[in-house]
Amino acid sequence: MTSYRLGKGGLVDRSTALRFTFDGAPHTGLEGDTLASALLANGVTLMGRSFKYHRPRGPITAGAAEPNALVELREGARKEANTRATMIELHDGLVARSQNNWPSLNFDIGAINSLASSMLVAGFYYKTFMWPKSFWEKIYEPIIRRAAGLGAASKLPDPDKYEKSYAHCGVLVIGSGPAGLMAALAAARQGKRVILADEGSRLGGSLLNEQEEIAGQSGLDWSRSIIAELASMPNVTLMPRTTIIGWFDGNIFGAVERVSDHLRVPDPYEPRQRYWKIHAGRAVLAAGAEERPVAFGGNDVPGVMQASAMRCYVNRYAVAAGRSVAVFGGNDSIYRTARDLKSHGIHVEAIVDSREDSRGDPGGVPVIRGALVADAVGGKAVKSVHLTDGTHINCEAVAMSGGFSPIVNLACQRGKKPVWDAKLLAFLPPDNGEAFTTAGAAAGRMLLSECLADGAAKGAAGGKPIDVPKCRDEAFAIAPLWWVKESHGKAFIDYQNDATARDLPLAAREGYSDVELAKRYTTTGMATDQGKLGNINAIAILAEATGRTMDEVGTTTFRPFYTPVSFGAFAGPFTGHHFQPVRKTPLHDWAEEQGAVFVETGLWMRSSWFPREGEDWLAAAAREVLTTRGAAGICDVSTLGKIDVQGKDAGQFLDKLYCNTFSTLAVGKARYGLMLREDGIVYDDGTTSRLAEDHYVMTTTTANAAKVMAQMEFAHQALFPDLDVTCVSVTEQWAQMAVAGPKSRATLQKLIDDLVMTDETVPYMAALEVTIMHGIPARLFRLSFSGEHAYELAVPADYGSMVARAVCQAGEEFGITPYGVEALSIMRIEKGHVAGGELNGTTTAGDLGLGKMVSARKDFIGRMMAQREGLTDPNRQQVTGIRPVDPSHRIRAGAHLLKQGDKPSMANDQGYITGVAWSPMLNMWVGLALLANGRARHGEIVQAWDGLRGHSVLAQICDPVHFDKENRRLHA
Amino acid sequence: MLIPCPHCGTRPVEEFTFLGDAAPTRPTTSDPSSMEAWYEYVYLRNNPRGPIDEYAHHSGGCRAWLVVQRNTETHEVFGAVTARDFSKAKDAKA
Amino acid sequence: MRYNVFSLIRNSFSGHKNWEPAWRDPEPRKEYDIIIVGGGGHGLATAYYLAKEHGLKNIAVLEKGWLGSGNIGRNTTIIRSNYMLPGNNPFYEWSMKLWENLEQDFNFNAMVSQRGVLNLCHTDAQRDAFARRGNAMRIDGVDAELLDREAVREMYPFFDYENARFPIKGGLLQKRGGTVRHDAVAWGYARGADQRGVDIIQHCEVKGIKVENGKVVGVDTNKGFITCRKLGLATAGNSSETASMVGMRLPIESHVLQAFVSEGLKPYIDGVVTFGAGHFYVSQSDKGGLVFGGDIDGYNSYARRGNLPMVEHVIEAGVAMIPSLARVRVLRSWGGIMDMSMDGSPIIDKTHIQGLYLNAGWCYGGFKATPASGWCFAYTIARDEPHKLNAAYRLDRFRTGHMIDEKGQGATPNLH
Ligand SMILES: Cc1cc2nc3c(=O)[nH]c(=O)nc-3n(C[C@H](O)[C@H](O)[C@H](O)COP(=O)(O)OP(=O)(O)OC[C@H]3O[C@@H](n4cnc5c(N)ncnc54)[C@H](O)[C@@H]3O)c2cc1C
Ligand SMILES: [Zn+2]
Repeated sequence: MTSYRLGKGGLVDRSTALRFTFDGAPHTGLEGDTLASALLANGVTLMGRSFKYHRPRGPITAGAAEPNALVELREGARKEANTRATMIELHDGLVARSQNNWPSLNFDIGAINSLASSMLVAGFYYKTFMWPKSFWEKIYEPIIRRAAGLGAASKLPDPDKYEKSYAHCGVLVIGSGPAGLMAALAAARQGKRVILADEGSRLGGSLLNEQEEIAGQSGLDWSRSIIAELASMPNVTLMPRTTIIGWFDGNIFGAVERVSDHLRVPDPYEPRQRYWKIHAGRAVLAAGAEERPVAFGGNDVPGVMQASAMRCYVNRYAVAAGRSVAVFGGNDSIYRTARDLKSHGIHVEAIVDSREDSRGDPGGVPVIRGALVADAVGGKAVKSVHLTDGTHINCEAVAMSGGFSPIVNLACQRGKKPVWDAKLLAFLPPDNGEAFTTAGAAAGRMLLSECLADGAAKGAAGGKPIDVPKCRDEAFAIAPLWWVKESHGKAFIDYQNDATARDLPLAAREGYSDVELAKRYTTTGMATDQGKLGNINAIAILAEATGRTMDEVGTTTFRPFYTPVSFGAFAGPFTGHHFQPVRKTPLHDWAEEQGAVFVETGLWMRSSWFPREGEDWLAAAAREVLTTRGAAGICDVSTLGKIDVQGKDAGQFLDKLYCNTFSTLAVGKARYGLMLREDGIVYDDGTTSRLAEDHYVMTTTTANAAKVMAQMEFAHQALFPDLDVTCVSVTEQWAQMAVAGPKSRATLQKLIDDLVMTDETVPYMAALEVTIMHGIPARLFRLSFSGEHAYELAVPADYGSMVARAVCQAGEEFGITPYGVEALSIMRIEKGHVAGGELNGTTTAGDLGLGKMVSARKDFIGRMMAQREGLTDPNRQQVTGIRPVDPSHRIRAGAHLLKQGDKPSMANDQGYITGVAWSPMLNMWVGLALLANGRARHGEIVQAWDGLRGHSVLAQICDPVHFDKENRRLHA
Repeated sequence: MLIPCPHCGTRPVEEFTFLGDAAPTRPTTSDPSSMEAWYEYVYLRNNPRGPIDEYAHHSGGCRAWLVVQRNTETHEVFGAVTARDFSKAKDAKA
Repeated sequence: MRYNVFSLIRNSFSGHKNWEPAWRDPEPRKEYDIIIVGGGGHGLATAYYLAKEHGLKNIAVLEKGWLGSGNIGRNTTIIRSNYMLPGNNPFYEWSMKLWENLEQDFNFNAMVSQRGVLNLCHTDAQRDAFARRGNAMRIDGVDAELLDREAVREMYPFFDYENARFPIKGGLLQKRGGTVRHDAVAWGYARGADQRGVDIIQHCEVKGIKVENGKVVGVDTNKGFITCRKLGLATAGNSSETASMVGMRLPIESHVLQAFVSEGLKPYIDGVVTFGAGHFYVSQSDKGGLVFGGDIDGYNSYARRGNLPMVEHVIEAGVAMIPSLARVRVLRSWGGIMDMSMDGSPIIDKTHIQGLYLNAGWCYGGFKATPASGWCFAYTIARDEPHKLNAAYRLDRFRTGHMIDEKGQGATPNLH
């Protein structure tokens, strides 16, 4: 294979030899290469296949907008689809594969789509594949789906790490070309905190690609000196390889730093990429301009590329895109292109200038004026071009320039539209005020001197200016050049999606003439380059087809992200086990010692059951229940929300929050409370204790702890700001354990200092501050969720595990057992206590059988709305108990209830089972249900219909309290 | 989006939880004739395109409930006061 | 002109120069019997069914932007009928049935694709809730399957089962759920309505509604005053604005919901999957892009664009569910304005003003409802009374306490 590497020049290190493979074939390149430049240097121009027609494609650009040269980079779990070869920094050992072809890139069967291309016009699929009806899903769509898509993604977990970070700066400069460097320098010399970010691997922007002269030196040398100065300033942060991906509210910018993408694998402890949120006082966008292709036949044949890309390949990478080149365009940049190529010894066959009357310095290259390239000829590589004047030119490559589109994307991401400039033939950025300005080519400055001056001015922003260096300018003039209608071949607008120039008038003819409709109908602008290359051409063609101006057609909406961003960068470290934080209770260590199996409950890990040798969850939970009810058990209830409420008006405040009354609660007592939402539906429940006249401690359910706290803060601050009260969450400050069972008192008595525990000293619903174990402060509540004679003991969090161990030791003689949420749940269903399944955000106090708690004598949250007819209808579903008629049958949560003999239908649906438990006390499954008018139906036999699991059993509706209805055990 | 919390200074939006329009005022009576006023308070919203006073909880910060003045069309934030001050000012006006 | 493979072949011989416009671009007449405000999915479908099912003529759809510029063209294209409450379930199932015959009905390939919707569960309580939901579906004849973890693994072996913070315990699968090409729905209805004589008027913004003696008489627009006898509002995220033109305040807040698409990939994920331990749902389009989304940003908005915190939140959940996604790239994000109602369910109803009808409150689930919504709204307008399928979607249900709250979140729209 012949080398297209030029003998000298370029920013590549010729002393290196980086080995890499493309589709298995070995190649070498140089340090400083991209994959695209290295492949071109090796004479490989065919790098991809297009989406629809599978046309052979090579790179059109040398940068981020590349639509064609997309490859699968790396292998295995690190494989990455659709990676732009023009942006991949070559490293030794790089492995890349072409995509969207079969069996091979060179011979791709899919290319037969080209034969049918006369049918496969824009939107063809909306018009067919409808008959016979069943064929769409069985035949057409599977075929389409298999054929669609570009690269194949890995399905293995990504082994690399990602990070997230915040940065703050006075001035963010985006782009490090001449305008960006001047802007950064001007701001930095004023002492501003400056961040200069550029997506390139090196700073310098276009100065890396072009032959310029600034301040009497080459543009490159000048940029080096400026970068050196910036690097030496402590107030400046330089961020190469960092793409600003979006502009968001508050002048916050998203950015992705490609920390390790240029390496084979990231260094140890280094992330692959780092996602930044940059808070900028102000920003200067100096992202340059993107050169537009021209729509002529075969403008996608490998070898046809942007003139600026071709200059970049020769100047920066010392690579010739072809040994003989035709340069075609409608603006003056084609002249510098020809001269640059020539200066590197590349033969330029001709400059084809669409304009009759242009003046540019061709540097000795023949110029054909007033003609257009109609077609580039060649299959997998350009062989020649045909001009509209009949001329044929043999060449290996075509440099084209339709004009320049300022890269205004970021400037238009917060709602403003760009403005058409009919002289520059470009959409210019909108006025976004001082916090976001645009400089240089991104603002439509086409001369280097203008860019330098503009950058300096925008960087200084009215503050102390800096000197602007002298430079050599290339003249610039431009005439419209969008679509060469004389073409025979397909003229592509959106390369990747194979949208052609002809698709647009067709869309307009069919009624899709709005630019947004045309985009969606033709898919123009929907490829991975998001229309960076083709959209302006599309707008021009639409404008012509519909007799509108460019402004009238307008652009489609510019959306984030400027270039595609890996999921990994956005996710950062918050994946796998670290997706959400883990909350462990203060008793976690103790529970672990006891062999707990933990279960995720919100962010908490709660002990679920404590298996002994050979036990499954059900056996363990059943044993825990039997032991607790028979002797004693201890359960970690620290996850309950605990809120400390203090102040003169604390009681009054709680009266507002709860539908029942707390201001009347005696000091030293606890009371069960029910909290409604303002819409009258039950929000949460829990016990609240009064420790002093002006001091309450509330508990909430585990699930609602944070929500209730927020609601209390709202009530306190926004609704009742005059109440003298303070509330604070103390959930984490206290370890809390339930100690339940007939031996609970005997167990706890051993730990309690001084107090002799009796029904008089610690009556049911007592709430006392005590000390235990020789002075540890504790709170002792006589509460019971299990229905047993039971207590809850709270101690400062750090004592938690120690105290739990002591409780276990004290209870050892009685055979005390730790029990988990499974046993807890069994006991609560045995006792008919409502929990999450019933407090489901749609039930009223009445539905739960707690209607009597609702006070009629005071204002509280939810009072009025609870009285609406829909919430008081006797036919609402009410909580009942349910059990299988045949005790050997099992009922399941989620089964629906039908009257005996009724057919399953929504009209016959009477309710459903909210929770079930296997009761070791009753030796059968028991449950709770929500049943229409359920309280009046105790005794009725219903079908528990579980069609989902192919199951239906007869069940009897009963009182929710399945066990110990008289509450004898509670008071025992 | 950045919210100027009167306690904490300018903080990013991810620290806040929003509760919507702060204009509706909770009725002070439980009289049956006030049902319609309660219904409107709980359910009806102006939902303006443009400036709005909205409740925001600095849930990831000082835990203060704020009323933020913001434009719902441009997301421009004009300022923030505590909900307490907002309520009191509203009472004073009423 | 009917669309089929023969018309396609015929037209390819003439260089596709003879395709007729899919719809006309008429100037508004001075007077219509019925005007629908909003050329989104629901408005266009309403016009289509008014003409088709009720034989009505002299109808216009007024759209302030381009056709389908609202949420119909920005959603994540998921259709399903996995609802559990009696007010919802039959309505959404009717919608699913209409989807299943839609393309032949309006002669436009909208790529209705029933590749299945799988909701993952990660706790016992979630599984119980899915059992309740699945049975509510089955009891009404809707397909539903409860999968255990191994069945989920068989479908999607590359999800995270081993290293997950919230391990997948199973899922609820509706095989008839899937996706539909959203733009094509708007276009198909528009073309079908246009063919039946409906005037679809783009770039025509309604700025005022004129009411005389409690009766609608017409609308002020940027194209002048237009008289009508009946007026249907189907303006989704802008519903509060259009309703305010007659002084109505709605139980609705507008919020921004973002959505995303990845770069095109070879087949990666077949059906629609929703994560159960965070806000994330994903499907792969026929073009190969992963289309995904999550929760609303949370603050009231008309801006059609969101902010980074929700982007991160959604994508963290995505990678937590599918670790290999880390190396896939997100191409684009956008936003739409959701009409978030106070119970998470919509309103299709008459109003206190004679001749004024309201279709609103779709939250982020209104795409799947498009056919049934149009069908029911057309019925309600034509007959001046709701059909039994939309009988529960009354505007006064909040006053009377008959909310339809699938999530149980109450009158806090941003929680639905
Ligand atoms: C990001 C996102 C993802 C979603 N994902 C899903 C999903 O997966 N599944 C699902 O079922 N749903 C989804 N939805 C919701 C669904 O898209 C909407 O609920 C549904 O499209 C709303 O109905 P529509 O199509 O009529 O609305 P729209 O398309 O918004 O139609 C309303 C129209 O009214 C016009 N209008 C407003 N005011 C006026 C006026 N004054 N004069 C004239 N015209 C006016 C608007 O311009 C607009 O075109 C999603 C929405 C979004 C934004
Ligand atoms: Zn604060």
